Amino acid sequence: MAKLHVSTTINGEPQEFLCDADQSMLDILRGPLGLTGSKEGCGSGDCGACSITLDGRLVCSCLMLAAEAEGRQIATIEGMAGEELHPLQTKFLEMAALQCGICTPGVLMAAKSLLERNPDPTEHEVRFWLAGNLCRCTGYDKIVRAVMETAADMRGGAR
Amino acid sequence: MTDIQYLAPRTLDEAVQAFAASAGKGRILAGGTDLLVQMRAGTVTPHTIIDIKKIGEMTAIEETAGGGFRVGAAVSGATLREHPKLKKVWPGVVEAANLIGSTQIQGRATAGGNLCNGSPAGDSVPAMVAAGAIVTIQGPKGRRELPVEAVPKGPGRLNLEPGEIVVSFALPVRPKGSSDAYLRMIPRTEMDIAVVGCGVSLTLEKGICTAARVGLGAVAPTVLLVEDAAKALIGSKLDEAALDKAANACRAACRPIDDKRGTIAYRTQIAGVLLKRTAAIAAARAQGN
Repeated sequence: MAKLHVSTTINGEPQEFLCDADQSMLDILRGPLGLTGSKEGCGSGDCGACSITLDGRLVCSCLMLAAEAEGRQIATIEGMAGEELHPLQTKFLEMAALQCGICTPGVLMAAKSLLERNPDPTEHEVRFWLAGNLCRCTGYDKIVRAVMETAADMRGGAR
Repeated sequence: MTDIQYLAPRTLDEAVQAFAASAGKGRILAGGTDLLVQMRAGTVTPHTIIDIKKIGEMTAIEETAGGGFRVGAAVSGATLREHPKLKKVWPGVVEAANLIGSTQIQGRATAGGNLCNGSPAGDSVPAMVAAGAIVTIQGPKGRRELPVEAVPKGPGRLNLEPGEIVVSFALPVRPKGSSDAYLRMIPRTEMDIAVVGCGVSLTLEKGICTAARVGLGAVAPTVLLVEDAAKALIGSKLDEAALDKAANACRAACRPIDDKRGTIAYRTQIAGVLLKRTAAIAAARAQGN
């Protein structure tokens, strides 16, 4: 079977690639496209380390076929920082909200997606939104606090 | 290089044709949250993957005449949740679909996929059964409708003919004083499979329950419509005696298995407990409508 030709947009840039019908988006990101920020933890949608957005919607790239990217908008962790780091990235560094770092790209993508929808989340909302991002280092507390603090900063509130 | 074919038809006719032509080697791709896991585990090895998300009818939520809804089988849980009216009229259906997996899974997983995966523990199914959803199915011989509870045949098996695709769920018009709710029991807070799931939909008129439907999940080979539980609620003020009777009807309907998530005795006991709690939530919501 011939490879499929896919035209898509990744982090705002037009992108084309070839894939097999059963290859996941994560396989293509990490392989031919060299975007290795998205991590493969479980490959079955349980850990969230491969989180990206598809047309603005948070998804696991391991549970999406690469062929489905045709004509869609994809955002990965590589597109999160502009000239400067995103406020979430800065806050994660400041508050040491990561240790080994494997889950961090997925956590950041998920947290960004939350704050875009809900700029003033409760701790409960943060914890539920991030329930699909597993972290075996931090015990989650630093992550949740960093997301809450970033939200407060982005709303312009004082610390 | 693989010999798998990926198709993303723009019309239902093309999808049905491709699915029928795949002669049992085709798989429908909606959210993919079950299919991709099964493919990776090697438990399914499709020759053709038919992505149905480019078909307008399957990805839309439409309000029908009189205030009913038609929900496309490929609508994600997140899209259901964000619909401004649906969660007011059918909060139980929306909360059930949004108990499935994480935020990431909810962004993809669909009610159509949940039904067609055929798990007795699918969370959206008991809520759809309670809601009285009618499923539209299209196949090589045309269109037909089935009540949602008639679609599952057993774990992983469906009452669908070769080439048939679940297109949408029709949710009926709601009389005043109606609402629904869904609760499930799992051993942890989130991201697990139901030990028991219970959906209740009811209508209250001056404090009297005039209509009710009860769906139970994870307690039998398929999700159950428990008519005896509904009968016990209808005509009552949802008093303790009526709720006890309905809870016992739920327990009597259970034909569960023992597994790592729960024993037969535990699932049977919990089915009654959940009926009472779910009916109370549905009733409180109905009073506001």
